Amino acid sequence: MDAAHLQHIIDSVVGYMYPNETDLHWSILIVLYPYLTGLVAGAFILASLENVFALRALRPTYRLALITALSFLIAAPLPLLAHLSHPFRFWETLVTPHFKSAMAMFGFVYIWYLLVVLLLEIWFEYRRDFVVWSRNTTGWRSKVYRWMTLGVYDISESAVAFDEKAIRTITVIGIPSAFMLHGYVGFIFGSIKANPWWSSVLMPVIFIFSAIVSGIALVMLIYLISNSIRKVPQNMECLDTLGRFLFYGFIVDFALEGLDVIQRTYAAEESFDILYALVHGRLFETHIIFQLLIGTLIPIGLLGMIQMAKVTAPTRLAIYWLVGFAVQVGIFFMRWNVVIGGQLFSKSFRGFTIYKLNLVGREGGLAAAFLVLLPVAILIFFLWFLPPWKEDKPTTTLAE
Amino acid sequence: MESEKLTESQCPTRRDFIKLLGGAAAVAAAFPLIGKAAAETDEVKSEQWSHHKWGMAIDVEKCIGCGRCVVACKEENGVPKEPIYFRTWVERYREYDDDTVVDSPNGGYDGFTSSEEEREPIRGFFVPKLCNACEKSPCEQVCPVGATFKTPDGAVLVDAKYCIGCRYCIQACPYGCRFLNPVTNVADKCTFCYHRIHKGLKPACVENCPTGARIFGDLKNEKDPLRIFLKEHKVFVLKPNLNTYPKVFYYGIDKEVR
Repeated sequence: MDAAHLQHIIDSVVGYMYPNETDLHWSILIVLYPYLTGLVAGAFILASLENVFALRALRPTYRLALITALSFLIAAPLPLLAHLSHPFRFWETLVTPHFKSAMAMFGFVYIWYLLVVLLLEIWFEYRRDFVVWSRNTTGWRSKVYRWMTLGVYDISESAVAFDEKAIRTITVIGIPSAFMLHGYVGFIFGSIKANPWWSSVLMPVIFIFSAIVSGIALVMLIYLISNSIRKVPQNMECLDTLGRFLFYGFIVDFALEGLDVIQRTYAAEESFDILYALVHGRLFETHIIFQLLIGTLIPIGLLGMIQMAKVTAPTRLAIYWLVGFAVQVGIFFMRWNVVIGGQLFSKSFRGFTIYKLNLVGREGGLAAAFLVLLPVAILIFFLWFLPPWKEDKPTTTLAE
Repeated sequence: MESEKLTESQCPTRRDFIKLLGGAAAVAAAFPLIGKAAAETDEVKSEQWSHHKWGMAIDVEKCIGCGRCVVACKEENGVPKEPIYFRTWVERYREYDDDTVVDSPNGGYDGFTSSEEEREPIRGFFVPKLCNACEKSPCEQVCPVGATFKTPDGAVLVDAKYCIGCRYCIQACPYGCRFLNPVTNVADKCTFCYHRIHKGLKPACVENCPTGARIFGDLKNEKDPLRIFLKEHKVFVLKPNLNTYPKVFYYGIDKEVR
């Protein structure tokens, strides 16, 4: 670390930090990890809603949600790997895991979710298309599609019916797996008793519901953007259903977070004063403004208004655009407030430090931006290579 | 008897004296003392490490905040000099009527200068901090590859060739005792100077404390000076509510110390 950077941090300390706490140990890359995995879990749960509860209105976003989940899942471990000071030793967590460690399970949870849940479900969902596309295309694309059929070319009615049955089975396994994927991330923080900002039994549950909110909002946003680019009319029935489930998810998420705040405030344990000062001081902008106001209250208010009042279709559409972006900001800062916020105060409860985000460097802003844009790039590739638009014939469009 | 030996072996001026003297004269002068120290610790040289349980007591009443322990630790263990990396550090507490001011400029490495505060504190004292070698250590629990491990004799160590640098252990330590070594890029912490205690020597901080404020020893040995100290004093551990069972005990601290 260069001397000027170090001096700036030391000068910014207010009160007393244990010396080793002065510079933060977990950076923006660790903020991205729960953010990206949350999007994966949320997008998958949205896809499962359509599948398990037979919500036909959500059919247009089913495949979109699946490949969104896959795109973000591919990128999700990269911030973690980039953050390790010895990234090439990562395989040790797989071959010699320390079973008492929550973090040691990451590789297994990830592999289970990628291979057993997501890839399998996507394969069954796309299998018929792979066969068709392998015949309709030429050159390398045809070869790749043929390879992706895994040698199964049967697209008879009974074979497709089996695919659908298999998908339902995988979804039933997939929903608890998605809960596990992200609830587990919450547990990584919630189980750290040394840190009162993290240590909460509610943390895994809050992470799951915030993941559902972020995933639904992301798929809604991607659906809106892709329809605009493809010049396809927005399917209001689908969007309204998405908006309704987003609202429900938000209510549970907000209630859980509210419960956490009430519990902490009422119990007012030893750490209460420092956490109160944290939220009203160094976390005010990111917590109160970005997470609570922009990312939670405004979207809940707007979505609630749609549920209760008669709002015209163009206004609803504008609200969905706005909410889609606002939720991404809110959830990103929710992760920020957990990861960065949890390190801004001293475990001596006597002072605060700062987090200074550099632009360049392995843990800098540019690297973080790259890691956020990477899954988007992967998604764009998949949208081209595995087009999800199938039966996108809206029953209610904006024009109606 | 053991207690007397300890007092003698930790004689405040001995290490200072050896350090101050230069050349052959110093070696010659110090030789009998070194010999005696080695003789005192013959018992510790046993290879049956599980027969020991190392711990430390800190007599806060004796700490003068000179920072010699911090300097010795950094020298002995090659701890980076920047003021955010410490295996041990010293905190200064100044208690006033309505508040308490705590600081640790450069971890106490340079000692403490007099206060700019005009107020007269009700009381002031120094508290040396180091790894608490917890019996139920959270850092050991969370390491995803088991690079942090507990030795049979109660020390908590890091395998530098195995640590992946995830820093989960740093987050899990309630006492702020860990850091990521910027040279090795692995988690680093106090080891009770494991390389020294294996040879029957005291940890560097203990050896260099001029007032005998740090008492290191074997909790399994009833005759050990540490055990005797713990019998004779009412001691406290840091953050007992976290159930980590530290093996570093404090005598003379008050409610302000966390």
